[in-house]
Amino acid sequence: MTDKKLFGVAALFDSPDSIVNAAKKIKEAGYNNFDINTPYPIHGMDDAVKAKSSKLGYITLFIGFSAAAFIMSFMWWTLAINYPLVVGGKPYFPLPAFVPITFEFTVLLGVLSTVFGMIAVAFNLPNNSHPLMDTEYMKNVSSDKYGAVIEAEDALFEEGKVKEFLKSLGGHSIELIYRPEEVKHKVFEPKFVIFLAIVAIICAGSTYITLNKLMYITPFDFMMNQKKGSAQAESSFFSDKHEMRKPVEGTVARGFMPYEFNGVADTNQFYGNPLLPTKSVLELGQRKFITFCSPCHGNYADGSSRLRSQFPPGPTLHSARVIGFSDGKIYNIITNGQNVMPSYAYQTTREERWAIVNYIRVLQRAQNPKPSDFTAISEIKKESGNVQN
Amino acid sequence: MSKIESGYIKKELPKNLGKTGLILLIAGGILSVLAYITDPARASFSYLTTFISLVCLGIGSLFLVTLEYAAGAVWSVPFRRISEFFASAVPYLLLLAIPLFFSMHNLFTWMNPEVVAQDKVLQGRMVYLNVPFFITRNVAIFLIWWLFYLLLTKNSRKQDESADQNLTTRNIKLSMAFIPVFAFSISIVSFDWMMSMTPKWFSTIFGVYLFADSTWLALAVLTLAAVLLTESGYLSPKVKRDHYYSLGTLLFAFTVFWAYIAFSQYMLQWYGNLPEEIIYFMHRWTGGWKYFSFFLVFVHFIVPFLILLPRRSKTNPKILIFVSVWIIAAQYIDSYWLVMPDMVNNGFTYSFSWMDLAFPAAAVGLVILLFNAKVKKHNLMPLGDPKLQRSFDFHL
Repeated sequence: MTDKKLFGVAALFDSPDSIVNAAKKIKEAGYNNFDINTPYPIHGMDDAVKAKSSKLGYITLFIGFSAAAFIMSFMWWTLAINYPLVVGGKPYFPLPAFVPITFEFTVLLGVLSTVFGMIAVAFNLPNNSHPLMDTEYMKNVSSDKYGAVIEAEDALFEEGKVKEFLKSLGGHSIELIYRPEEVKHKVFEPKFVIFLAIVAIICAGSTYITLNKLMYITPFDFMMNQKKGSAQAESSFFSDKHEMRKPVEGTVARGFMPYEFNGVADTNQFYGNPLLPTKSVLELGQRKFITFCSPCHGNYADGSSRLRSQFPPGPTLHSARVIGFSDGKIYNIITNGQNVMPSYAYQTTREERWAIVNYIRVLQRAQNPKPSDFTAISEIKKESGNVQN
Repeated sequence: MSKIESGYIKKELPKNLGKTGLILLIAGGILSVLAYITDPARASFSYLTTFISLVCLGIGSLFLVTLEYAAGAVWSVPFRRISEFFASAVPYLLLLAIPLFFSMHNLFTWMNPEVVAQDKVLQGRMVYLNVPFFITRNVAIFLIWWLFYLLLTKNSRKQDESADQNLTTRNIKLSMAFIPVFAFSISIVSFDWMMSMTPKWFSTIFGVYLFADSTWLALAVLTLAAVLLTESGYLSPKVKRDHYYSLGTLLFAFTVFWAYIAFSQYMLQWYGNLPEEIIYFMHRWTGGWKYFSFFLVFVHFIVPFLILLPRRSKTNPKILIFVSVWIIAAQYIDSYWLVMPDMVNNGFTYSFSWMDLAFPAAAVGLVILLFNAKVKKHNLMPLGDPKLQRSFDFHL
């Protein structure tokens, strides 16, 4: 025991008043390196030991201001600079809306820094072996006693004197407290090195397995991977290696007639428009014309393109030449395309193309009306007027 | 029962104080009457501003007294009498409200039948906002406050002689009854006198806003008086810096509390941006009021916050005196901000007037005179209070 270094002499007191009195006396006697341990804060202790005001407040202040500055600039950068969002019709940087978050964050970091700062200072981190730990003295002052320690580092410290002094103040259970033996651990102790290696292997292995194996396991893949041929895939079954099958040669699908005049310029010599210009046909024609034809030829087929010369504008369909085209020729142009106009065979069905032809005829007639049309229109108007009356 | 060695010797305050109070009251009073004669509309707004600050002082001080009883506070016992003396403004509130009752038509648009006739919303609110009910409930509230004031101070004074502990028990019960009444009544007062000036505007937190203001003002006045009296030897020499520190901490707390409440009200209504709500802040944002609003944030929050933040400013008498004077002025500025921009509602245009200084001068004079008279009559410390000795022993 003699080789242990003395840390200090501790004494226990029974009441808060006696400990405050003792603290005052110890300070008055000229000791500076001493400490008082009590189970709870005691009013008047700061005054008795003439404690200097703690510097902890500056940590809180600094961290608090830093937190406020950080979170404010973070919100400003994310919501006003990097990804500007209009929220609730407010400006990109709505200061009042950011104040609560700034306040909360300031308080949070301020409090946490205070608590951790206090623990770090009081426990003398990263050390975890304060001499007072695991002593009878500490057990008592953590429950129902009040204690004072005068440390050996103090200039006035003399073991016998201090013992007598503490006794004269009313202290009892006087205890000599020694510093714990300083144990020096070798850095490269084999056990430690093996331990480190095992930790490293476990960390690396589990990281590898997680990133490369675990994360690629699909929990339910029976819908994704089915035993079936998919449309564009190579087939291992059919000799032509096509998963999609062609119709048997010489057969025709139900409800479908193949186009017989592929590549023939003027099909009018073969047949005419199979559809009558009824209301439903014209409406279908109008819908398809507006969708597919009007972007280039204009809504009224007058060549007023909406493309604003990003593409060669379509010609007017009201020229004498186009009016002179047969229905079959117009149908053929829509089907196969002409000059820069592409084929619309895939966008439109055969019936729709004939309906478009009918609708073009209506537009042409509207641009070049005959006198009889006016009388017909006025009659229709009259009739509808009568109906209204 | 043995008397406590308090070291308190009853002294009269310097004669100059009474004189100053009298001069302020007479000069301010004459100017105020003159104001009412020359421009009754403008004067009633100016008067309301001062009246609200006076309500804050009186009822806030009474609240501090009851808070001490209800919370069983020990450190504040030597200062309780000071708060009681300032609460003596409470009985005069009823008298002071009478001119306001007569000039209500200047203050409130809902008094104008033509405005109400055009407005469906206002017609619905006439159940609450009508003159007889308005006067009845306010008179009732002032009477209830008066009653509590009388009972509490009577018990407290009786204790000086008898040192009877039962009186403290009785006051604790009274305080427990008073605090809910106070919470309810100060909301009513704030809704009636200030919120109804913008009759379609509503904010449920407004009563809390006035509560924050009143407690803040009462604390500032208490701090000013307590520090001045202690430093010049009128109170017991046993009052220490630790007592000052507690006063300063409370002042600091209520500075932050006001900011919290005021900001909550502002942010919610700013975010909601509903026409009937935002109109209140539009009145305080247009016509130069924008700068006044910024000024208010600066005066009411930032400066007191920064001054009171360090520990040593809460124990330094000079700083405490400075900051309490600052807070008293700031509270008046806040009342001003609450009342004046609403002149627009009644078709008046705001401009600064000399009346805005005459009324508060008279109010300050009145408070000084009341305090002086109370000090002459009664002890400045509750000498019979059972907690007094513990209060002297108070340590941080």
